[in-house]
Amino acid sequence: MGEWRFAVNGEAVEVEAPGMRRLLDILREDLGLTGTKEGCGEGECGACTVLVDGAPVDSCLVPVCQVEGARIATVEGLATTSSEGPVLDRLQEAFLEMGGAQCGICTPGMLMAARSYLDSGGGPDEVAIREAIAGNLCRCTGYTKIVEAIAVAAGGPG
Amino acid sequence: MPRMTIRTPPGRTLTPVAPRRTETDPLVLQPGTIAPGRARPAAPLRREGPAKLTGEAKYADDLVFPGAWYGATIRSTDAHARFDGIDLDPALDWSAIAVVTAADIPGENIVSLVSDDQPVLVPVGGEIQHQAEPLVLLAAADRETLRHARRGVTIRSTPLSPVFDPRLSDHVFAHFDIASGDLERGFAEADLVIEGEYRVGHQEQLYIENNAMIAVPREDGGVAVHGSLQCPYYIHKALKRALRLTDEQARVVQAETGGGFGGKEEYPSIIALHAALLARKTGKPVRMIYDRHEDLSATTKRHPAIVSHRTGVKADGTLVAQEIDVVMDGGAYCTLTPVVLSRGAIHAGGPYRCPNVRIRARATRTNTPPNGAFRGFGAPQVEFAAEVQIGRIADALGMSPLDIRRRNLYRVGDETPTGQVLRESVAAEEVLERAAEAAEFEGVRTRTERARARRAGSGSVPGSPLRTGADRTASGIGLALAWHGAGFTGSGEVKLASVASVELGADGRIRVLTASTEMGQGTKTIFPQLVAAELGVAVDDVDIAPQDTALVPDSGPTVASRTAMVVGGLLIKAARRLREVVEERNGGRPFADVHRADAAAHGPTRIDQQFEPYPHVHFDDETYRGDAYPAFGWAACVVSVSVDLDSGEVTVRDVVAADDVGRVIHPVLAEGQVEGGTLQAIGYATIEEIKLRDGRYLNDRLATYIIPTSLDAPRITTLLVEAPFSGAPHGAKGVGELPMDVGAPAVVAAIRDATGVWIHELPASPERILAALGVTAEPPGQAPAADTVRAALDEPIEAGTDPRPDAPTDPQPMRGPRDPGEPS
Repeated sequence: MGEWRFAVNGEAVEVEAPGMRRLLDILREDLGLTGTKEGCGEGECGACTVLVDGAPVDSCLVPVCQVEGARIATVEGLATTSSEGPVLDRLQEAFLEMGGAQCGICTPGMLMAARSYLDSGGGPDEVAIREAIAGNLCRCTGYTKIVEAIAVAAGGPG
Repeated sequence: MPRMTIRTPPGRTLTPVAPRRTETDPLVLQPGTIAPGRARPAAPLRREGPAKLTGEAKYADDLVFPGAWYGATIRSTDAHARFDGIDLDPALDWSAIAVVTAADIPGENIVSLVSDDQPVLVPVGGEIQHQAEPLVLLAAADRETLRHARRGVTIRSTPLSPVFDPRLSDHVFAHFDIASGDLERGFAEADLVIEGEYRVGHQEQLYIENNAMIAVPREDGGVAVHGSLQCPYYIHKALKRALRLTDEQARVVQAETGGGFGGKEEYPSIIALHAALLARKTGKPVRMIYDRHEDLSATTKRHPAIVSHRTGVKADGTLVAQEIDVVMDGGAYCTLTPVVLSRGAIHAGGPYRCPNVRIRARATRTNTPPNGAFRGFGAPQVEFAAEVQIGRIADALGMSPLDIRRRNLYRVGDETPTGQVLRESVAAEEVLERAAEAAEFEGVRTRTERARARRAGSGSVPGSPLRTGADRTASGIGLALAWHGAGFTGSGEVKLASVASVELGADGRIRVLTASTEMGQGTKTIFPQLVAAELGVAVDDVDIAPQDTALVPDSGPTVASRTAMVVGGLLIKAARRLREVVEERNGGRPFADVHRADAAAHGPTRIDQQFEPYPHVHFDDETYRGDAYPAFGWAACVVSVSVDLDSGEVTVRDVVAADDVGRVIHPVLAEGQVEGGTLQAIGYATIEEIKLRDGRYLNDRLATYIIPTSLDAPRITTLLVEAPFSGAPHGAKGVGELPMDVGAPAVVAAIRDATGVWIHELPASPERILAALGVTAEPPGQAPAADTVRAALDEPIEAGTDPRPDAPTDPQPMRGPRDPGEPS
């Protein structure tokens, strides 16, 4: 067992866990942040994508000992809250409007990969967007509307 | 055998048959008119979208049940064996572990479905039928204990001789024989007879959320299960029979479901039963959450099939005889196989008029995990075969792929092989012309054909006639057309007698009650839309009740693209009756103005609407004659590919898909269905394959079973076509499965256009393409993948002469049937 300190969605957390416990399990089971999903457990599907210091990672492949002191962002941190409930960010809004989410199970990971792309200055170019989400499998959409939604969020034409 | 007697070269007409277009109010579309995707008033946003986008939505594995135990399934590793017994490691402390065997099942040891052949758990002394067969269940309070327990179980068994070739199996799950006209006479009239054998393998649904079920014991001795599922009442019935429960004691609640595609139609029943048995044994909630490996190795797949065609055709391309033989591999248990096979048999001829037809279809048992429902449900297999066959016929006649389809496609008034007269809602021509026009099919094909002819003589790489020093890739364009029966086959819907309800609550809100599940396709968005439109209220005034068998009526399973058409139709009728009741009570004033006051004065009003047979639709299950479906959806697809002539890799670049869905309820959701289904079809065509050894799937991980990524996916342009079905109040025919039928043959046709070779077996993998090109030998153990087609397509065929220097002297059969004794 070890004690690990890091930040999740801007809040400092401290967890006691074996160092090799998967970040995915820390998030879902220890911190109750079930927005991050498990699809394969071996880094193929990207459903568990979170950002560690801004970079997208498969949280099923990251042991908690590797995130000591890191800033972690999950899907729960994208929307802001208001008195009338959550306020979606531009990316989430674009997914909602364009039809980028169907069954929704790949959506949290997809959003985080896209968030990272946008935060690193990515634009509405289709090829670049497809490259940015190539590690995130979606079985519902054919990716067309996901790519469109990210392009819209990047300032492209709706 | 008829002689080839083609006398006049079949000319290639480039003048399209202009589709009829009528200028009318875009909201009152006439049959056969086009609805541009986003022409409608803004559709509502996905109802559960915000919850999915913020991570709030609770899928099964996100649900917390305090004190829950973890469950696991011990499976066979034999494909076929007698189950002799179980040994538990005496060194382990078993007091902290629940062990469940068949002896713990209080009711019937069957997974209730079409046939009662599949046990919940194989009993000791019973027969193991496949390598992933459940034998013993375990549960423990924590995962670590469970892991140790799994290692402490040893299964004793005596191997029996397995069967893996569906053609050699003598256990037939179902067979169908459909005949019309006079086949002998048809072949006698034919100028050309072409034969072909086509094969497709397993395909995994690969929903990104694995199967998952949590069972919670109830105080009344029953059980509630919460899980990822398509059909709450299938599970409800399975629980009642195997656990001997009453309607009230068995409760099934759908959690948010991360994709289904048919893979969560029947398999969740057995997982629910396993979780429920463990919950009963322990008295605790039990979580049965599959990981990807277990999901891939144990759950149902699309049926593999071998389809043989013998087609008689006139010199002008008119089909006169179709003899088709379909063999499907059912796997170890019946599951839904007879229903899958039935759809396959009915669709086997493709969307083409032919006066003399004989279709024989059978599905047999093999010692592999059971195959089951997957989007398309038997149609993608047979329509792949039918479309490649018609493409090869066009080649043999020197006709364009477009013209041969124009000549034979179904039109209003035509009769199908079951004797169904297509009275309305026939859009084969419409979708074909729209897709071909949008993709500039003939123009592109003329260019690719010229490029191929130019390169054919200049190949600079030995064994690869098209590969030149400068050009490593070849481009091609392909076309396919399909039909898909809307809703259940035959009298299925009449037997189901589904109920859907609309309620005006005491609080003045309107509530939709159905068992139709949301798994991404948009049920929760379109149902409120349909009801709100009928009642004249805002969409946000209509709530949707949770899919919980304690709350909602049995509106049937969420399958067969029936949700929008059938259940949506019931809701519209229920809403209409509710409006009439309320308006009558309130002096005829509009529902929207009075419903809140009405609710306050009269309390809740609920209307239950039961399915009534569609008028003039009759089917005889005994003779297999009549209206197999109330209507058909129609789809065409044009695909552009490039083929790497060195590696055999196919890149699918662009797709234009035209799909007739009857009526578009929500353009964004409907396009989403077409795009997603199209990509699944492209995966089926190019990269998705299950390899088996001794009845075991070899690539049972996501690292080895691959599906298309965003980089593999082409740009997909969707054209929604509307040919409404008059039997449904809103005209909708369903959209989910339609695109799945048409993508794969279009890819294979595009590969043919690029390379000159037809691939007869899916997926069109690099190995098969290189073998067909003659660059490499046939992949070991595979069917001959393809036959080459004449390079000079513009040349007419004359009797007895074939422009190919290497052409067989007797052109028929172009490819003989395989030795039936040869293993697959």
